[in-house]
Amino acid sequence: MTGAVLSTHGLVARYGDFQALYGIDFQIGQGEAVALIGANGAGKSTFLRAVMGLLPVAPEMVRMGGQPVGGTPADRMVQKGVAIVPEGRRLFSGMSVQDNLRVAVDQADRLGRKGGWSLARLHQLFPILKEKARTPVQSLSGGQQQMVSIGRALLCQPRVLLCDEISLGLAPRVIREIYAALPEVRAQGTSVVLVEQDVGLAQSASDRLYCMLEGRVTLTGPSGAVTRDAIAKAYFGGSHAVV
Amino acid sequence: MQWFDALIQGILLGGMYAQYALGMALMFGVMKIVNVSHGDLVILLSLVGISLASTLGLGPFTVMAALVPLAAVLGWLLQKAVLNRVVGEDPLPSLIATFGLSLALQNLMLQIWSANSRSLPGGGIESRSIQIGGIHIGLLPVIVLVFAVALTWGLDLMLKRTRFGRALRAAASDVEAASMTGINPRAVYAAATAIAVGILGFAAVFQSLRSTVAPADGGAQLIYAFEAVIIGGMGSVWGAFLGAMVLGVAQAIGFRIDPGFGVLAGHIVFLLVLATRPQGLFGRA
Repeated sequence: MTGAVLSTHGLVARYGDFQALYGIDFQIGQGEAVALIGANGAGKSTFLRAVMGLLPVAPEMVRMGGQPVGGTPADRMVQKGVAIVPEGRRLFSGMSVQDNLRVAVDQADRLGRKGGWSLARLHQLFPILKEKARTPVQSLSGGQQQMVSIGRALLCQPRVLLCDEISLGLAPRVIREIYAALPEVRAQGTSVVLVEQDVGLAQSASDRLYCMLEGRVTLTGPSGAVTRDAIAKAYFGGSHAVV
Repeated sequence: MQWFDALIQGILLGGMYAQYALGMALMFGVMKIVNVSHGDLVILLSLVGISLASTLGLGPFTVMAALVPLAAVLGWLLQKAVLNRVVGEDPLPSLIATFGLSLALQNLMLQIWSANSRSLPGGGIESRSIQIGGIHIGLLPVIVLVFAVALTWGLDLMLKRTRFGRALRAAASDVEAASMTGINPRAVYAAATAIAVGILGFAAVFQSLRSTVAPADGGAQLIYAFEAVIIGGMGSVWGAFLGAMVLGVAQAIGFRIDPGFGVLAGHIVFLLVLATRPQGLFGRA
């Protein structure tokens, strides 16, 4: 692919002595949705954390528009146009829905990030967030909290949105509601990296997918073209396949 | 009448303790930084203020105008040079670092100002009083209380209504998530400590007007600030203010029971609150 918005080149990440990622090559184009699937412990979340600047990596291992950005602190990655919906939502407890979202608006203003997302637009996407504007986030349901987390990331006006297990622990109806918002996000030209345990959901919501196993990519290909057998082999063990 | 008088005097005393406690509420309650040098910073700023007044012939409010920005710069440097290196989930490193700083500051003050007690001349403001219904109310304690209310109100408004306040509350809630939203936590913390120590600039002037100060006095101010924050409930500046009022009233009533019992009465109330309501009187369970 030419003109990748974000790419990684032999990305290696460690937690102390434990090596979690072994040379991940990855790229995503503008407005593209790419899914990252794999079993627990495969390294999917670690990959997102490494890209986001939450783990120390060498500069040339992560590039945005060809420029090395690996190891850039998370707040400066936001400035460069990367935002994350983290695993577990990580909302600011004790603060209202509105204040959680306004933190992102404030910082986007401060960092000079311009984009199409505003509180009004977000309220159209997730109307419940307007109704619950003054509610402390810890009082919300899991699905509503996930909407706040997604909204907070979108208000950072990202070029690349990293989503870590956004369906985890949610009812199927809520998952459908959240995934229904993704086409509108992509319509803004925002690229979306989806870390997802639900393989069917990941395939249907993405253009391409990467399957990871024990810190390595074991399968890459267009989401509509990879077969169940190929995914099963890559998911549970087998040689790297490109479809 | 003497108990009502004790209540009034206690509230006025609470105004002084509130000024110690606000900076502590911001650092300990919001940022989870345990700053053991808090009281020593009050004394250091008091001694600097006294020296400024005697050297340049400045009045107390001119000293305050000079001391508050100086205190803010000192706080910013303290966070940048020391506390940002030790801040994190574990409060122990910041506690140890500021304990070392406390000892260093005390020795530095002894070296420069000796162990003698000093005070800031207030041009008579410190001894003026008004009489209302048979109760004598000191003018200086009233001014101290007014400043305490204004500082608490301003700090609360800043935390709730400003971009900086939201960023600080976000960083206090989850520092990593805050950085994922574009906040630079270290810059936010440095600004917050500048504000916290800046407030001590006000406290330092009032402390040295109402009483004498000496290099070894910082421990008491630290304890009063800490007790007010715990009594009120961590994470709330109005909680710290009300905690300071409770502490002041407890001490004033204790003094009326027995002049030697005042400070102890405050400590007893603190221990009772800690034992029965550890989240503080005005904190959430």
